[in-house]
Amino acid sequence: MAVMNMVEAIRSTLDAEMARDERVILLGQDIGHNGGVFRATDGLQERYGEDRVVDMPLAEGVIIGAAVGLAASGLIPVPELQFLGFGSQAFHQLEGQVARMRFRSQGRFGMPMVIRAPFGGNVRTPELHSDAHEAKYANSPGLKIAMPATAADAKGLLTQALRDPDPVLFCEPLRGYRLIRDDVPEGEHTVPFGRARGAREGSDVAIVAWSAAVVVAEQAAELAAREGISCGVLDLRTLVPLDVDALREAAAACGRVVVVHEAPYTSGFGAEVVATVQQEAFWSLEAPLARVTAYDTPYPIAAVEHQYLPDAERVLAAVRTAMEA
Amino acid sequence: MSRRAPAPPAPPAQALAEPASLEPWTLLAPDGTLAEGYRPSLSDEELLAAFRLMLLSRTVDQRAFSLQRQGRLGTFSTVEGQEASVVGSAFALDPARDWVVPQYRELPAMLRQGYPLTRFFLYFRGHPIGNQMPEGVRVLPFQISLAAQIPHAVGLAWGLRQQGSDAAVMTYFGDGASSEGDAHEAMNLAGVRRAPVVFLLQNNGWAISTPVAKQTAAQSFALRAPGYGFPGVLVDGNDLFAVHEAARWAVERARAGEGPTLIEARTYRLGPHNTADDPTRYVDPDELRARRELDPIVRVRAYLRARRLLSEAEEEQLRSQLMDEVNAAVAEAEAHPAADRRHIFEHVYADPPPRVRAQRERATAGEEVR
Ligand SMILES: Cc1ncc(C[n+]2csc(CCOP(=O)(O)OP(=O)(O)O)c2C)c(N)n1
Repeated sequence: MAVMNMVEAIRSTLDAEMARDERVILLGQDIGHNGGVFRATDGLQERYGEDRVVDMPLAEGVIIGAAVGLAASGLIPVPELQFLGFGSQAFHQLEGQVARMRFRSQGRFGMPMVIRAPFGGNVRTPELHSDAHEAKYANSPGLKIAMPATAADAKGLLTQALRDPDPVLFCEPLRGYRLIRDDVPEGEHTVPFGRARGAREGSDVAIVAWSAAVVVAEQAAELAAREGISCGVLDLRTLVPLDVDALREAAAACGRVVVVHEAPYTSGFGAEVVATVQQEAFWSLEAPLARVTAYDTPYPIAAVEHQYLPDAERVLAAVRTAMEA
Repeated sequence: MSRRAPAPPAPPAQALAEPASLEPWTLLAPDGTLAEGYRPSLSDEELLAAFRLMLLSRTVDQRAFSLQRQGRLGTFSTVEGQEASVVGSAFALDPARDWVVPQYRELPAMLRQGYPLTRFFLYFRGHPIGNQMPEGVRVLPFQISLAAQIPHAVGLAWGLRQQGSDAAVMTYFGDGASSEGDAHEAMNLAGVRRAPVVFLLQNNGWAISTPVAKQTAAQSFALRAPGYGFPGVLVDGNDLFAVHEAARWAVERARAGEGPTLIEARTYRLGPHNTADDPTRYVDPDELRARRELDPIVRVRAYLRARRLLSEAEEEQLRSQLMDEVNAAVAEAEAHPAADRRHIFEHVYADPPPRVRAQRERATAGEEVR
């Protein structure tokens, strides 16, 4: 075990997988000489050369679009979107091309690739750098979506993604790059997709979250414990595939479920979670399902973003309401 | 009283990029005579094969059009009028190493690479297997999202070269598709990476009903290429030889590591946009009549006759062979087992997530696996 922050875990995993498989090539804006604006690829161009760590023109569409051709040529591209919010400039290539090329070609052209994309708030970035767009991609069949909440999972899920024969959108929480630090297993470490992580045991309320929102859920669980409410925290790890069994079990164990995410409320992935829980665990429920999310307003500029994003207090309020139901 | 600002100085000549004009490269005149001093790179045998493919394409168009009207085929787009542009360029490729990245109006190029004609009919009958290129056929699937294929071609070319291949990639797109951001992004990247790719822009005058003058104010699409740092060529797209020589030159450049080339093949769509389109709403009949005079097949035929490479009787025989070939492919496609629910679920993921598996099981319960 080695204690690492998330960005270190990501960098060392890319390094290890590039050493293991020479088909892996990285492409993105400022990822080479500069090592990425968050240093996630620091030193990799020096080690693997300009052909394998490629500084791309500033055009998200062709970063993803070229990756389609690179994959068809037999390589395993790892395109980086400098920010998930700018995935919109590449959305037609992601959902219209990457996600369905295997289907369109009836298996002839699989698309092994990992699209790395930092996102998430409370780091005072300019507009559109923080938006949590995961639900837009979850509605694009053919893609898988991984959203690690710990450095250990960043390694395990990224390794898994790089070895997956299908395209994976790998979302990295900006806030967690340096703040999230934990024990990362050394050597070979993979985390299978579609297996949620029980981040905390609890018997009254199950709080479901992913990525940096897991930290908020844990803080809320801590506060609730002081009031004698026992909260479990379920970290979904991957949205596609979704661990339906874990959701059912968590709901059955607690009877109350609160979902937390950074995206707006309407049509956020929380809607998918509550619909699933309703379907799978209806008869175990003791309170209406709750969602604690950003508001249905555009992501604001920095001065008020902490009031926009769900925090432990808002989650705690939802937990209390669930207990009173 | 306000002082008038002095007139700004005009930029000096060396700092001014001005709109330029180009004339299309022509080697085979409409009457079938060659430009003076020109000797085709195509051997007589290759030329006959190219002509055969042009005729096959026309035969498919006619047969498929009538099948569509009979309700035996879905909406599709004919190649009619663009055979020299598609076939001339495809003949610059070596199907054993080079790739074609198509839009949807380049069937003969796909056939030359080894795509089976039966699959074309299957695809436009709505069977998903029609878009599956058999192993070893170096063609990406039909692309319906205009211009989205252009970045793919660049990535493919770049990836092949990086793995030691000397393959070239030819990608096709229309004058309409050229306006998409993908076209710009892809050509820009290709220039930067010197990708071995040929951008074959078929300017057929129309994007459905939108005339080319509404896609660009430039005098030729080929003029864009210098802006990306590589050469552009304007060719008469109804001239098999000119298209072929331009494509050959571009493919040689690609192989030699000299990077991409943009070719504007200026041609004309003689048919409707597709079988659902009514071009009488927007095409001037006089213009269409004039364009029919420039039919690329007529031109090659005149040359073949003058050279005594193919007599009228031999062509008649060839036509009936081609009709048999097309009918056989239609029959095979119509005899193919119909697509069923399983095709909705297959090949979405290599290993489908549990949800997709469960949906498939529910949807196909009680149906035997074929
Ligand atoms: C991205 C996208 N926008 C719109 C359409 C609908 N559409 C299909 S064909 C077409 C015109 C294409 O014109 P062009 O690229 O010149 O090719 P052509 O059909 O003339 O060969 C349009 C607008 C589409 N298929 N894809």
